[in-house]
Amino acid sequence: MAEDAARKPIVVFRGVSKFFGEVAAASDISLEVAAGEFLSFLGPSGCGKTTALRMIAGFEQPSEGDVFLDGVRVNDIPAYRRPVNMVFQSYALFPHLNVWRNVAYGLLQRSPRPSRADIDRSVARVLDLVQLNGFETRRTWEMSGGQQQRVALARALINEPKVLLLDEPLAALDRKLRREMQIELQNLQRRVGITFILVTHDQEEALSMSDRVCIMRQGRIVQIGKPTDLYDRPASRYVADFVGKSNFFPGTVGEVAADSAQVTVASGVSLPVNRFGENMQLAKGDSVVLAVRPEQILLTRSAESLPQDSVVRVESRVLNRIFLGEHTEYLLSSEGLGEFAALAPRQSELVESPFETGEIVTAGFRAEAAQALAAD
Amino acid sequence: MRWYAAAIYVFLYLPIALIVIFSFNAGKYAMDWQGFSVEWYFKAFANPFALKALRTSLVVGLWTAVLATSLGTLAALGLERMSGWPRRASDGLIYIAIMVPGVVIGIATLIAFVTAFNLANPFLEGLFGDAAPRLAMGLPTVIGAHVLFNLAVVILIVRSRLAGLDRSLIEASEDLYATPLGTFRQVVLPMLAPAILASFLLSFTFSFEDFIIAFFVSGPDSTLPIYIFSSIRRGITPEVNAIGSVVLAVSLTLLIMAQFLLRDRTGSRGARGDQA
Ligand SMILES: Nc1ncnc2c1ncn2[C@@H]1O[C@H](COP(=O)(O)OP(=O)(O)OP(=O)(O)O)[C@@H](O)[C@H]1O
Ligand SMILES: [Mg+2]
Repeated sequence: MAEDAARKPIVVFRGVSKFFGEVAAASDISLEVAAGEFLSFLGPSGCGKTTALRMIAGFEQPSEGDVFLDGVRVNDIPAYRRPVNMVFQSYALFPHLNVWRNVAYGLLQRSPRPSRADIDRSVARVLDLVQLNGFETRRTWEMSGGQQQRVALARALINEPKVLLLDEPLAALDRKLRREMQIELQNLQRRVGITFILVTHDQEEALSMSDRVCIMRQGRIVQIGKPTDLYDRPASRYVADFVGKSNFFPGTVGEVAADSAQVTVASGVSLPVNRFGENMQLAKGDSVVLAVRPEQILLTRSAESLPQDSVVRVESRVLNRIFLGEHTEYLLSSEGLGEFAALAPRQSELVESPFETGEIVTAGFRAEAAQALAAD
Repeated sequence: MRWYAAAIYVFLYLPIALIVIFSFNAGKYAMDWQGFSVEWYFKAFANPFALKALRTSLVVGLWTAVLATSLGTLAALGLERMSGWPRRASDGLIYIAIMVPGVVIGIATLIAFVTAFNLANPFLEGLFGDAAPRLAMGLPTVIGAHVLFNLAVVILIVRSRLAGLDRSLIEASEDLYATPLGTFRQVVLPMLAPAILASFLLSFTFSFEDFIIAFFVSGPDSTLPIYIFSSIRRGITPEVNAIGSVVLAVSLTLLIMAQFLLRDRTGSRGARGDQA
């Protein structure tokens, strides 16, 4: 959906900053969210995700910059007049109202008020959408966490908002239920076609659900892009580390060619690198880190079975083996690369028996597996 | 230790138990048990002076409850918006107000009323001549003094409930298009309802059973506690015990109801009232 550039943006941040006293919860954020997109804000605790969301909802006003909703500058428009709805982390269901009244709340505020029959029909429709028919007269505090979560969703969706804001909506659920709700949320978003903006600090959640992920750090956006792009082409060590796992090998730039550079890793291994972080200009003598995903590192007992184009082949000792189900993670140590991790798919173990702790194996990867990033 | 505790309870409740027990005495003298009877209750309820005092107390109690609850709730809502040192100062003043002894409130309000009336009466006379209304002690002064000392109680109860109110509920309401007034009506007020009702019951009770303050500022109409006090001077009769038992029963019932309301039943983060 993100690639549909012709689609007009529904939410726009233009140079938005938000200060709480000394703390800059948002610094100079510029961002466009396309209509119908599923975007996630991802980042560690305190990086300003909630603050960004609350500025869209209207609970916080930007200290600097402008927020636009569907082309309208909303800086001074109060929350109750913005065509967006929010699903709160604690759900914030009204304890003194039953499920029907909670879900109908938004419609009941409209003037003129829709007819009772219309409201009934809408409530039935959204409760159907979240599979809660028959729960109309329940008290919300008598329901399970997952059910409350659905009521909160229904209560927001019934208003057909232009944007649905979700602040860690799944954080309170247990793992299995969270996984189910993630899939449900994604399906729901496709069906209703509403723009979803999700806040999470769970990278798996962000990567699996969103069209685009916006990675934040200390109030700034450090990278925004499709999950696969963020994973394959992290712009910085921070992103490479935050999205998935990565090995980082410090190195020095040697000869620089047009689209590749020779990088010598600390302990002498030298390899050609042709992928660089965003806008990175390499000069001879620069310090960089090479990021290599563990699953890009192949392990074998017979060095000749490594692909021909493997630029790095090092003898390594297996330090540790962690069985992860479909993968096995190995921690290795080598003369050339120091300590690093490699992820071997389960399938390979049927071909070659699992490596034992202490065994010497050959590890290798192709030039494309390594990406040069600024050493920060 | 256990005996000590038991002794304390006997000491606390024996006099009260005696009043209740002897209110059922068939005999003519309070402490001279002649057998069980409820005749003194009938006598009490047939006594026109006792009935008039009861009515006075009910009127004073109801007005006090209505005024103290509505004014106190508004004050609590207003205080919620304050912050910094004005907030701390007003909080402190409220706690102090609750601890001021009844005698002090009685004397202070008496002096205030007398001073105000002495200033106002000549002025009114000048304005209306002989037809001028003469301000004096009466039911309004009792109600005024009672409202005064109940306000702090109400503010404290409503405030603690307000502080326990989940902010995100208010935001959720605004997010769902409710105007600030709509949010107040549909979320804040219903969430405060138990605290407001409890405040009403408590201020009624405190007014209904108050003797000291009413003693200072009441006019010709005496409240029930004052009536009891004046009839004791003619000797403690089982009838007085009966009236006292009725006051006790009413007060206890209302206090228990208020306590029940202030309990948190919904599992929401409502705070308990720390009064009563
Ligand atoms: N109302 C506020 N007053 C003062 N500081 C605030 C306020 N709200 C947020 N902050 C600060 O702004 C920064 C960003 O907060 P925010 O809640 O947006 O973080 P977050 O990314 O949502 O974190 P989390 O994952 O823990 O929810 C934090 O340092 C926080 O302490
Ligand atoms: Mg947050």
